[in-house]
Amino acid sequence: MSAFAKQRLSRRIGEGVFLTFCWLATGVALLALTAIMWSLISQGVGGFLKPDGGGLDLAIFTKSTPAPGSEGGLLNAILGSLMMCALAMLGAVVVGVLAGTWLSEFARDSRYGKVVRFLNDVLLSAPSILVGLFVYEILVAPLKGFSGLAGSVALGLIAAPVITRTTEDVLRLQPTALREASVALGAPVWRTILAVIWKSAQGGMLTGALLAFARISGETAPLLFTALNNQFLSLDMTKPTANLPVVIFNYALSAYDDWRRLAWAGALLIAATVLTVTIVARLIAREPRRS
Amino acid sequence: MTSATPAPLAADAPRSARGTGLDRAFEAICFGAATFLLVALGGLIVSLAVGGWPAFAHFGLGFLTSAEWDPVQEIYGAAGAVAGTLITASLALLFALPLALGVAIFLVELCPAPLRRPIGTAVELLAGIPSIVYGMWGLFVFAPWFAKHIQVPLMMSAKPGTIWEAITTGVPNGSGILSASLILAIMILPFMAATLRELFLTIPPQVRESAYGLGSTTFEVIRKVSLPYVRTGAIGAVMLGLGRALGETMAVTFIIGNAHGFPNSLFASGSTIASTIANEFAEATGVLHTSSLIALGLVLFIITFTVLALARVLIGRQANL
Repeated sequence: MSAFAKQRLSRRIGEGVFLTFCWLATGVALLALTAIMWSLISQGVGGFLKPDGGGLDLAIFTKSTPAPGSEGGLLNAILGSLMMCALAMLGAVVVGVLAGTWLSEFARDSRYGKVVRFLNDVLLSAPSILVGLFVYEILVAPLKGFSGLAGSVALGLIAAPVITRTTEDVLRLQPTALREASVALGAPVWRTILAVIWKSAQGGMLTGALLAFARISGETAPLLFTALNNQFLSLDMTKPTANLPVVIFNYALSAYDDWRRLAWAGALLIAATVLTVTIVARLIAREPRRS
Repeated sequence: MTSATPAPLAADAPRSARGTGLDRAFEAICFGAATFLLVALGGLIVSLAVGGWPAFAHFGLGFLTSAEWDPVQEIYGAAGAVAGTLITASLALLFALPLALGVAIFLVELCPAPLRRPIGTAVELLAGIPSIVYGMWGLFVFAPWFAKHIQVPLMMSAKPGTIWEAITTGVPNGSGILSASLILAIMILPFMAATLRELFLTIPPQVRESAYGLGSTTFEVIRKVSLPYVRTGAIGAVMLGLGRALGETMAVTFIIGNAHGFPNSLFASGSTIASTIANEFAEATGVLHTSSLIALGLVLFIITFTVLALARVLIGRQANL
């Protein structure tokens, strides 16, 4: 065999091995992820059906977490999670949008702007359990009590950097001509930003907020020692508050079949919520802007 | 004419002055929000340092070198958890990186056009599934399967006295260091694949097409053109994946077995920093116990901060992460 033919053969073999590997890798990845989705649905859907197998059972949404062996649902946990996420988002949107606006409109390439941007990116991917420790140190320990409010603060601190980042990114995409046109009409900078730039970027900003919500709705680690948990239905956020992730965590590790069933149902509920919110966020981001 | 022009200006003057006055207030509010984020991160570091101080003061450097963790006798050493964290995260990266590259390359170069968008979207969506779901799946579905089909055969086939026997000892229940690493790998895989795909898509088509035009195979284009083009960004993406694996709590806590001390085999139960904190913090009663857990948190923060800072510097703002 000539040297040329040898080289050609080795190139073809290399190519074949490489392509096979890429196909296999995708196959393995999709298989693993399908397996996860399949277990989630097959195990989780049981929680929404009557135990004898017939018909929908809405106990999950109408009853609170049960004692072992008795009937129950996840009402208190769902409600607690919603309250905490809503409060967290409220704070995070205000801080995140304003901070993102400052980074995009005022700071640009100043040194302080670069520092804030860098640290925001670090905060964005810092382990969430450390945020939990932080909030424990500044709120739970001094006030001598776990509370839903502390949980909200922890979740808010996780959501705020996400919103800051997306806000800055979409605001930077707005054309300079838009700002100039507004200023040329005599609008002061604050009106330009509020009425023109934010207005034009609202789709992207909404997407960022939805993604932040998707992120915090499944966070477990920061709630373990801030919101803790609560066996009963309660709207008092100054006390330990029930929430889906921690209930799932506790129930999944319990020895009772009923509790594990509820844990799977809760996991399905959270995953479905996160997926829906993410898909909606992507649809909004993709929607063509009206002219 | 002379009287008409100045009139609107004069009427406008107070209004525009009032408007620009608000400019400063608005900028100050925005500045305050940005500074709030800075203070939050600073406060996080300070609070971990302050909270962990009693442990550092009591154990000195021994806190980092000892692997003994005994809440009954109040002896705490971080080395076991630190080792567990580093081992599981590195193994996870080892498993996930080749697969993530494979998936990203598949999506950019090989995938039939009608499937490109659905698979790409699926991968991105799965990157957002909460980690507790991965943890539950690991404990209830993966661990039993892993024990039966991988762990037991491996343990049976290891010859006594060899290194294989040493690294495959353990309780055959499917939990332990290796299982935790595999779950972590599955968890960071979609994230890394999505990031790498986005990086590959930033390569101008002309660059790749000219390489193909010279007669390169796909393998050669990837190895000699695409990968070098996105090198720094790709390293950054890998570091971000590593950062996630290092700080991941729930996926690991479910399946690592939660035993203190140095893990001595692939199937041994172990612990990571995050899993130790998650398991013990709410129940910690002694000042020294709480403080040691916070000190562990500080160690985790320093490790992840180093990795993430490096990642951010490398990745720049190349991909929209």
